[in-house]
Amino acid sequence: MKKAVLFLLALSFVLPALLCSCHGSRGMDEFVLPGEFDTSRHFDIVFWAKNDTNKTQIDVYNKAKDAFEQAYPNVSVTIRFYTDYSVIYNDVITNISTQTTPNVCISYPDHIATYMTGDNVVVPLNALMDDPDYGLGGAKVKFDSVRREEIVPKFLEECSFGGTYYALPFMRSTEACYINKTYVEKLGYQLPDELTWDFVWEVSEKAVRKDEDGTYAVNGQNVMLPFIYKSTDNMLITVLRQKDAPYSESDGSIKIFNDTTREVLDDIASHVVTNAFSTFKISGYPGNYLNAGQCIFAIDSTAGATWMGSEAPLMDIHSEKVVEFEIAVRTIPQYDTQNPKMISQGPSLCLFNKKDPQEVLASWLFMQYLLTNETQIAYSGTEGYVPVTARAQNDAAYTEYLNYAGEPDADHYWVKLAASKLLLDNIENTFVTPVFNGSASLRSAASQLVESTVKAVRRKETVDDAFYKKLYNDVQAMYHLSENSAGRGTDEGPLSGTAVTLLVVLCAAWACIAAVFLVQRVKKSKE
Amino acid sequence: MKKLLVIVLALAMLATLAACGTKDDPAKKSEGVLTYAEYAAAAIDSEVVIETYVQAKQGWWEKEGVGGVGTFYTQDAEGGYFLYDMPCSKADYDKLVKGTKIKVTGKKAEWSGEVEIIDATFVIEDGNYTAPAADVTSLVGKDEIAAKMNTFIAIKGAVVEAVGQDAEGNDVAWFYKWNGAGSEGDDLYFKVNVNGASLTLVVESYLCGPDTDVYKAVKELKIGDKIDLEGFLYWYEGAQPHVTSVKAAG
Repeated sequence: MKKAVLFLLALSFVLPALLCSCHGSRGMDEFVLPGEFDTSRHFDIVFWAKNDTNKTQIDVYNKAKDAFEQAYPNVSVTIRFYTDYSVIYNDVITNISTQTTPNVCISYPDHIATYMTGDNVVVPLNALMDDPDYGLGGAKVKFDSVRREEIVPKFLEECSFGGTYYALPFMRSTEACYINKTYVEKLGYQLPDELTWDFVWEVSEKAVRKDEDGTYAVNGQNVMLPFIYKSTDNMLITVLRQKDAPYSESDGSIKIFNDTTREVLDDIASHVVTNAFSTFKISGYPGNYLNAGQCIFAIDSTAGATWMGSEAPLMDIHSEKVVEFEIAVRTIPQYDTQNPKMISQGPSLCLFNKKDPQEVLASWLFMQYLLTNETQIAYSGTEGYVPVTARAQNDAAYTEYLNYAGEPDADHYWVKLAASKLLLDNIENTFVTPVFNGSASLRSAASQLVESTVKAVRRKETVDDAFYKKLYNDVQAMYHLSENSAGRGTDEGPLSGTAVTLLVVLCAAWACIAAVFLVQRVKKSKE
Repeated sequence: MKKLLVIVLALAMLATLAACGTKDDPAKKSEGVLTYAEYAAAAIDSEVVIETYVQAKQGWWEKEGVGGVGTFYTQDAEGGYFLYDMPCSKADYDKLVKGTKIKVTGKKAEWSGEVEIIDATFVIEDGNYTAPAADVTSLVGKDEIAAKMNTFIAIKGAVVEAVGQDAEGNDVAWFYKWNGAGSEGDDLYFKVNVNGASLTLVVESYLCGPDTDVYKAVKELKIGDKIDLEGFLYWYEGAQPHVTSVKAAG
């Protein structure tokens, strides 16, 4: 009997300890900046990098690694290459629980907000940035580190959540409209310098007219999708911003399910009926259709510029399908061309916490290296990206690159240069959406609203009040969003099965102890 | 005599039971289910109801809002059906082994030329069928090959061509990703010449990862090698089979 009591007592001590350790495995001690970087020790750090399936970008990353390792021979950098932000996001989430995150990682700010739900998973950068020795432009940094004031303030602010910096910008891009100017003119229009939504819809509607033989009059082919938008989350977010309509607030309030959204979706639906509009998710890459002469307005990232046009250096369709046409690049369509608004996007750098602060410091130094002119100018030249530092933007090599007037070549593909200039000319017209735990889901919801509406119209379903009511309800439920929710962090959700089991066992153990105690008391009193 | 009779009857019963478990006519359709010809004729974006048999699967992923999704190569006796991101639990995904018969209700869609079924639901039915590889060697480079889209195919006597150049400008037989911008574990791309026509093929890493024989075999290919291969006739801006087997030409 005594053995049983002892066992139960032991169990009652062990189980709480197990429960505590379960909780503790998700967290980590706060990072404290060491006074000195220990160059006597060797550090292996891991960088998860994203490229646009572009070999030159891989070369730039590898050169940065080599140069950094030369400056810091006691640090070895291993780079894992990704081509998809969402795959990085999923892999990071998976690795947070096992404390096997990379040291440095390319991320979107929305994703970093989710990473931050773990205790001390992401390192806040304020102290690191400001450190006189190892901070930005620090005295003890062994390369020409960029100073804080040299980072474009607007881009840096995009990495600040609640007054704390959790990322550094790496590259910036926006969306651009790549246009088959030949077909616009063939349809009887002059391409304006600034596109309006009315113009794009009007030309698109005219482009779906067919000849008697059933082919489209403008291209003589069986396929014509005049207007294709790559990122429909960006589409809805941008249109709402252009209309000064709510989307979300920095406290995590969800505002997207409003009447303006309904108007926008209705407008889109009216152009899906005629096949004037489609999306990447439904039909394929806008650039492929553009290059095949099957699309007139292709909206995609400026970081996709090298895929656009019949002379594009990167091509994803067979050469015999490519149609010769004159391409033009414009900012995305606007409602008010005097007050243009477009999204700011592009990769940022996130620093993960580790048990060893020296390892974190080594990673921070590598992160800084990615902002040097060598990396910034080389990487921005691979696509329609813009360097995030004024130092790189004002560098003679970069301005020479942007204003290249020599013989056409792939490195200076004019569409790519035009896309970069488009962003440089519009930095003050870019915007970002509030970042909070759940903002990534809200972005998915924005896309879902557009895609579901487009699909419904294509499937000849009735798109009316009842449809939108159901759509709003379905999307809210699907992404756990509600009008009054203040971020998803407020709802921790149900306990896991393991936790419930352990708690039940714990309660049962205490109940057994109490029962044994009572039985013994009764026996004693009888004696 | 009685014992013998009992044994014979028992064997007969076992044989009948075994036959019940495996025999199925993959061309026969239940009430309200489209034949392959009817499916092929159905308009894009229309609802389709089909009965088909799982031949291979790419993987299962968690997906916000629906729990999880799986992507499947399926086929009946007449043609192939690619089921893209079909919502299913991990437990159901594990049940959908090669040969499993399923009834699928979804929307017919086309993405970059690939005809597929999306937004689908399914139920598992009794029946089992494994499709033999159809030899499409004579169709490579011809429009007629589109009729075999999504089916399990074989190509014989294909000659490996250069898929591109490495950093030093040397021709190479295969790439990680379509242009070499990948690393171990990514899709492998290679190119063959059949009947004078070039065909790009992919070892889809979700279907056949780096531990599979085909992934390893493709990394051993040399320009000029003559090979036989099998796979599923996926489509991306043209025929682009997802290869499951590569062997030296027999």
